[in-house]
Amino acid sequence: MSRFLPWLFVALLTSVPLWLNDFYVLHVMITTGIFIIAAMSLNLLLGFTGQLSLGHVAFFGIGAYTSALVSLGFEVHLLPDFTVGLAPKPVWFAMLCAIVVAGLTGYAIGKLSFRVRGAYFVIVSISFAEVVRLVALNWVELTQGPMALNNIPALVLGADAFELSFLRKPAVYLLVLATAVACYVIIARLVNSRAGRAMIALRENESLAMSVGIDVTHYLVVATVVSAGIAGMAGALYTHYIRIVDPDIFLFIYTVTMVIMVITGGKGTLAGPIVGGALFGFVPEALRAMAIEPEVQWIIYGVLMVAVVYFLPRGIVPAIEHYMSGRKRSPAPAASEASQK
Amino acid sequence: MDQLVQHLLNATILGGTYALLGIGLTLIFGIMRLVNFTHGELYAFGAYCMYALVMLLGVNFFLALVLAMVLGAALGGAIELLLLSRLRGADIDTTMLVMIGAWIAMQNTEQFVWSGVAHSIANPFPAEPFVLGPLSVSWNRVYVFAIALLLIGATYYLVNRTRLGKAMRATFQDRDTAALMGIRIDRIHTATFALGSSLAAAAGALLGPVFVVAPTMGDLAASKAFAIVILGGLGNITGATLGGFILAFVEEIGAGYISSGYRDAMGFLLIILILLVRPTGLFAQKERIG
Amino acid sequence: MIAQAETVLSIDQVAVHFGGLIAISDMTFSVCAGEIIGLIGPNGAGKTTAFNVITGFLKQTSGDVRYRSKLLNGMKPYEIAKLGLARTFQRTSVFQERTVFQNVLTGLHCRGRSKLWDTLLQTGRETSSERELVDAAHEILRFVGLEQRAYEQAGTLPYGEQRLIGVALALAVKPSMLLLDEPVSGMNPSETARFVKLVGKIRDSGVTILLVEHDMPMVMEVCDRIVVLNYGRIIAEGTPAEIQSNPEVIRAYLGQGKKRA
Repeated sequence: MSRFLPWLFVALLTSVPLWLNDFYVLHVMITTGIFIIAAMSLNLLLGFTGQLSLGHVAFFGIGAYTSALVSLGFEVHLLPDFTVGLAPKPVWFAMLCAIVVAGLTGYAIGKLSFRVRGAYFVIVSISFAEVVRLVALNWVELTQGPMALNNIPALVLGADAFELSFLRKPAVYLLVLATAVACYVIIARLVNSRAGRAMIALRENESLAMSVGIDVTHYLVVATVVSAGIAGMAGALYTHYIRIVDPDIFLFIYTVTMVIMVITGGKGTLAGPIVGGALFGFVPEALRAMAIEPEVQWIIYGVLMVAVVYFLPRGIVPAIEHYMSGRKRSPAPAASEASQK
Repeated sequence: MDQLVQHLLNATILGGTYALLGIGLTLIFGIMRLVNFTHGELYAFGAYCMYALVMLLGVNFFLALVLAMVLGAALGGAIELLLLSRLRGADIDTTMLVMIGAWIAMQNTEQFVWSGVAHSIANPFPAEPFVLGPLSVSWNRVYVFAIALLLIGATYYLVNRTRLGKAMRATFQDRDTAALMGIRIDRIHTATFALGSSLAAAAGALLGPVFVVAPTMGDLAASKAFAIVILGGLGNITGATLGGFILAFVEEIGAGYISSGYRDAMGFLLIILILLVRPTGLFAQKERIG
Repeated sequence: MIAQAETVLSIDQVAVHFGGLIAISDMTFSVCAGEIIGLIGPNGAGKTTAFNVITGFLKQTSGDVRYRSKLLNGMKPYEIAKLGLARTFQRTSVFQERTVFQNVLTGLHCRGRSKLWDTLLQTGRETSSERELVDAAHEILRFVGLEQRAYEQAGTLPYGEQRLIGVALALAVKPSMLLLDEPVSGMNPSETARFVKLVGKIRDSGVTILLVEHDMPMVMEVCDRIVVLNYGRIIAEGTPAEIQSNPEVIRAYLGQGKKRA
């Protein structure tokens, strides 16, 4: 029975544009959806391989900038008489580029930074995101620096009918939903596979994982590439939806938002980032509706984060699961690894 | 040539406060095994204390520095007792998340209380700079440098010559054995965090009047402190001191000869470079287990 | 005991120094196919260090380790495991948060045939490979006698059973040689007796065993040959009977205040 529940949930979400006429709420759902995708990708690293990557926004931002630049076209003078340029390309192609470039960045970062673990890895990951932000800020010829890239082409969804203004938002919403479902399936398949078990083994006990023949670094890099690619996709969706991108997209605070989503929902669970993401996608809007100033909203975020670590250290989803299994007292054993196939 | 010498002089003077920031963080890092994200906020707190005391309450400029340090120590001690003492034994990720939460809350509280507008602090020093041949440096900076050196020396004395310092070093070396020897680890942690925070507040109180005071000043300071700690190696006070000066030199030269926009990127680039080339830091002997 | 006596593991003049501290000064011994060899010695004699060197978790300062005449120097632990040289750890070492079944499934990593693309596209190879692994996992759990515990969380099991998970994980590698690091420490006599039977079963399945253990009666019972280490060097080598009457061994143990040898 519980196998159909996710599909029922997806069907319900798909039907939203049919009965919801409030474009503002739809807008919030779109941005929340994009952040949920980003949070899911972070969860792969943070929750399943156990690496606290605090530079995750870099992949999101690189995806956003890549997609924006490829769809806008650019020309930069690398040397006095050496110019690299690109004519504007279609949006779908730009988004593919975003995934590839973010994934490649993930590969390079994974290869280099997993030489260190723990606190050092955290600091390297933050430093990486900051360097990227400063490059985006200072390489004005490519990125327009603080002036931002404007008039980024909107998502084109094929049929001209979708270009009608009243259909555009629902169409974007459905695209984000479809991407989210695809990413969920990718991550779910990955973590329930041989590769996923290797990643979790690394989180649980690195020495033991090595002793059974798992090439730990290889799987960390795989996880980083997949995670970065998905984050890049989220960034590309964001940039073509908002249609403007500036270096602030790399701010540490966005990584923190993703981290809060993941740990509140439950790191290392598939549903965690969705629950946490939905919560932290709508909470700010609710706070804004109550006319609470942004600083106070952030203070609440900070306090919430501390509170979650103290009172719900494993997150909402595991807490609910624990509560449910405690009530049923029949934790159907076969419903683990084998039946997920 | 004169320009280079002027850059070196600026770097030396800046390096003193950087070292102060780095020492505070490296102590906390080394002894508590804690990535302290609130360090930059303590720095901003010191600067705001200075602003409130000098500009709003009319307290003497020099007395205000002492008060800022005392308040910084008190705030640090309070954070340790309230948030961290109950998490002893938790893994490094957990404490890190708590510190990130505290950092966000603190920074936005500053923003809320003081608004986003930058404030400046008047200093009692003569306006005309101290000139030596082709070089010039403001009297305020000379004062900042002297006090920074004084505080660095005092910290060295505290760590190497006093009973508290001995207990701190023992905890750093081997916390279990230290606990067996009767050292109260929880007290050492509180004292370390208060000391580190006080040094951060001092750095803020010293640099506040040189630059301006703004709510986001802590972020930049924190990132620099992290770079310094990585440069110098975990828990290594001498390393952090040298790291502070090295970072200042790299920034000053980078800003002067490459591009001033990348001044603040130098620290991060150094971090990445160091960890790739020599993951144990430039001056570390201990293995890196983080 | 085994007539053809083909050498599978040879340790040749291995030394390990930590700074000024000498953990192993000069160690040379070899293990023949099908043998059960005990590596014993007082605490701090360098037994676990030897294990860590053999399995690549630690780099020796000098000397060579060869497995089936392949030089292991500088190889990574996972590469050595893939050669069929598996180990257990001294402290309980399991994937705490996962079920016993998932533990073994993780241990079967190298036997899986699916590539990343198979996983993402759920190809036939993915399904068949996973089915094989599930079957193999059940078989291993039956072999070590943990099948009733399969769906319990590994970290919640009693100590003795967690040791068995450790052995199951090592067996999942399909080793031709198994290194057991103090497998029965902390077990009660009946658990130990069961474990001795299991070791016999493992050997009968064609696996060579190198064992570090403090429980002398157990070592004397299961081992064909014993190597005694003290202060980082080998002081004696021989059958259990020879070792029990070796004056230097007795001195080494009595010097430590241990009378069990």
